[in-house]
Amino acid sequence: MAGKPSAAELKDYTEQADAWFKENTVRDPGFMLPLTFMEVSTDQQFDFLRDWQRKVYEAGYLGASWPKEYGGGGLHSDYQRAATRAMKKYDAPIMLNAIGNGWAGPLILDLGTEEQKQKYIKPMLSAEDIWCQGFSEPENGSDLGNAQLKAVKDGDDYVLNGSKIWTSLGDRAKYMILLARTDFDAPNKYAGLSFFLSPMKIDGITTSRIKKLTGEYGFVQTFFTDARISADCLFGGEGNGWSMAMKTLEYERGAKVKPVGGFFVKELDVMEIVELAKTSLRNGKPLLDDPVMRDKMTQYMIDIQALNLNNIRRRMPQLMQDRPMGLPLMNKLARTELIRELTEFSLAFQGTKAGYYVGDENAVDDGYWHRSYLNSFSATIGGGTSEIQRNIVGEHALGLPKTR
Amino acid sequence: MDNLGTIGTTEEQIELLDVATNFCRDKSPVDKVRGLIDDDLGYDPGIWKEIGELGWLAIAIPEAHDGVGLSMAEVVPIAEQMGRNLMSTPFGSTTLAAQALLAGGSEAQQAQWLPKIAAGTAATLALREENGDWDLSNIDVTGAVSGDTVTLSGKKQLVQWAASVDLIIASVKIDDMVRFALIERSALADGALRRETVIDETTRSYEVTLDGVTVSTDALFDADRTRETLEKIELAAGLIHAAEMTGGAQAVIDYTLEYLKTRKQFGKIIGSYQALKHPTVNNYVEYEKARTHLYSAAHSWGEQGRGEVAVLMAAAQAHSSYATAADRSIQFHGGFGFTHDCDAQLHRRKAIMGGALIGDAAYQRSKLANLLFD
Repeated sequence: MAGKPSAAELKDYTEQADAWFKENTVRDPGFMLPLTFMEVSTDQQFDFLRDWQRKVYEAGYLGASWPKEYGGGGLHSDYQRAATRAMKKYDAPIMLNAIGNGWAGPLILDLGTEEQKQKYIKPMLSAEDIWCQGFSEPENGSDLGNAQLKAVKDGDDYVLNGSKIWTSLGDRAKYMILLARTDFDAPNKYAGLSFFLSPMKIDGITTSRIKKLTGEYGFVQTFFTDARISADCLFGGEGNGWSMAMKTLEYERGAKVKPVGGFFVKELDVMEIVELAKTSLRNGKPLLDDPVMRDKMTQYMIDIQALNLNNIRRRMPQLMQDRPMGLPLMNKLARTELIRELTEFSLAFQGTKAGYYVGDENAVDDGYWHRSYLNSFSATIGGGTSEIQRNIVGEHALGLPKTR
Repeated sequence: MDNLGTIGTTEEQIELLDVATNFCRDKSPVDKVRGLIDDDLGYDPGIWKEIGELGWLAIAIPEAHDGVGLSMAEVVPIAEQMGRNLMSTPFGSTTLAAQALLAGGSEAQQAQWLPKIAAGTAATLALREENGDWDLSNIDVTGAVSGDTVTLSGKKQLVQWAASVDLIIASVKIDDMVRFALIERSALADGALRRETVIDETTRSYEVTLDGVTVSTDALFDADRTRETLEKIELAAGLIHAAEMTGGAQAVIDYTLEYLKTRKQFGKIIGSYQALKHPTVNNYVEYEKARTHLYSAAHSWGEQGRGEVAVLMAAAQAHSSYATAADRSIQFHGGFGFTHDCDAQLHRRKAIMGGALIGDAAYQRSKLANLLFD
C-alpha cells in the first residue's frame, strides 16, 4: 500500500473518503467556527475542533501518509491528497493542531531521534498534544534572527527567561517549538540561537491572552521566568536554532516530508464577494451599475484570476524560465494583500449597514465581512509582513541588494 | 463563473518562444532600435525578410492557404519577444490583416491574399477615424456602390505601416452598414498617405485619404461576416498588443533593475532603498500577473466565452502594468530618466500608443465587466 496507488485503488479510496466526510462533517455546530487555527477563541471552539481532528485521524484521513510505526497510515501521499480533497469538497472544519502537524511534526520526522518520533508524533496527530510556536518576541517581530529569549545551560537543564508573543493556542498547548538564544557572544546573531521542543505546563511559564483588533482572542503572550526544561529538549544542537527554524518553513512546501493532510486555514472564497457585489444595491440600483464600483470589481476579478492561474503557472517551467523563484516568492504578498483589499472593498457594498459589527442583528451576514477584513491583517502582518515580503522578492527574485 | 479559463502551453508555442527569445534579442539591440527612429521605413527590411523566411507570418494561416495551420496562441510568444526588444516591423499589422481575412474574407479573397501574406507580404488594417472612438463600428468613411464599383470617401487614421504594405483592409460604411474593403496600396493616389507624428517613435503610422479610391464589389467582405470580423479583429488585436506590452513590461522592469543595482547615491546602491525596491517589486508582481493572463488568453484562444474574457483580462493587465512600470522607470532613473537617451521613455511612449490603438486598460475593463456581470 505504500506504493503509488492504481487509478482504481485511488478511486475506491476517494469514494470512501467522500462518503465519510459527507456523513461526518458538521458545518454549523451552532456557534461560529474559526476559519484559521489563529482564531480559536472560546473553549467551545477549541473542544469542537480538537474532537474533530481526533475523529478525522482515527478514521485514517489525517497523517495517512506519515510512517505507520509512529502513528501515521503508511500510505502513498496520493491517498492523503484524496482525503484532503474530500475535506475541501465537503467544506470540513480546519485541523486545529497546525504547529504540531505542519511544523514540529515534519521537523521531528526529518531530523528527530527514534525516541522523539515515538513520543511526539501520534499524540500530535490525534490532537491530544497541542503544539504552539515561540518564534516572535515583543521587541523582535519581523527580525526573528534577533530573538533574545535567554536559555542558559545549568547542569542537565536549560533555564529560560524572556517572552514570546503571537503564540496561537499558547494557553492550550502542551509543547512549544521555541527559538532561544544560548550564546550571546556568538559571531553573528543567528549563530547564537538554539531550537527547543519545550513543555508548556511547567513552573515559570505563564501566558496572557491578547485581545485582537476584532475584539476576539486567539493569541497569547508567553512569559518565561526561570523556567527549567531538560537539556533533552534541545533539538538540532546548540547554535543551530536558525537553521531549524528555517527548516520548519521549508516543510510547508512539502518537499522533504509528506504533507500531513487537511488544512489549517480556510481560504476565503473570493467568489462570495463577487456574489455579494452582484446582489447589493446602491441608491436603489444594482451596485455594479455604479461605474466606479464596477471598474474596481472588474480589476479585482483580473487579480483573482491571475493569482489562481499563477498557482498553475508556477508548476510550468516552460513559462518560468527568466525568474523561476518569482511566482513562489510573491505568492504570499500578492494573495494576502488582495484578500485584505477585497474584504475592505466588500464593506463598501453595504451602505449604512457597514456601520454594524458582529453581534448586531442588523449586521450583514452577521458581521462576517468586517471580521474578515480585520482578520485579514493577520496574514499581511504574520509570517513576515508584506514589507518584509517585498524585501524578499526584491532581493531573492529580482537580485536587488539587501536593505539594512 | 464558467467563463474563466485556465492556462496551458503547446509544444510549438514553447519552441517558438525559445527561437523568438534569441532572435529578437540578437537582431534588435537597443542601439539598432534607436537608429531606426530616424529611418524613414522604420524597420530593417533584412529582418522583415528573415521573419517571412522563418514562417512567422504563416503561423496562424491554415495549411490550405500555404500557412502552418497553428493559431494565434503560437503567435503570442513571438509578439511578446518583439515587444520585449522593441523590435518594430509590420508583423503585428500583417497578422491582424490575416485574421480579418480569415474571419470575413470569401474563399477567393483568402486564396488571393493569405498565401502572399504567409510568404512575407505586409498588410495592415485601416480602422480609426477623426472621431477618436475605440468602438470599431463608429465610423464615417463611406463607400458608394455603383454597379460593381465602390467609390470611397473619407480619411482613416493611425494606419500602421501603410507605406510598407501591399494590402490595406479598411472599414467603411456602405448603406449605413459597416463593411470591410480590400484596398491595394498601389490603388491609392499620390499623396494619399500622410505620415503621422505619433507618440511611439519606433512605429510608423499614417493618415490615409480614401477620397476617390475605387474598389470592385468583389473586394468587399460579405455583409453577413461584418460582426464576426469586428469581433475577431478586436480579439486578435487585444491578444497581440497584450503580448507586445507584456514583453515590454518585462523589459522596462529589467532595465530599471539594472540601474537600481549599479547606481549609487549617499554611498549606497540605490536598489537597497525600500522607497525604490518596494514599488519595483509591486510592478514586477503586476507584470507576472500580466504574463499569466497572456498565456491564459493564448490557451483560451478560440474558446467561446472564455476566449473573450481571457483576452480582455490580458489586454487590461498588460496595458496597466506596462504603463506603470515604464512611468516608474522614468522616475527611478532620476535626471537621466528625463532625457531622451534613457530607454524608459521608449517604453512609456509605446504603452501610450498601445492603449491608443486598441483601447486602454480602463476601456478593456469596461468591456470585460459586461461579460462578467451582466
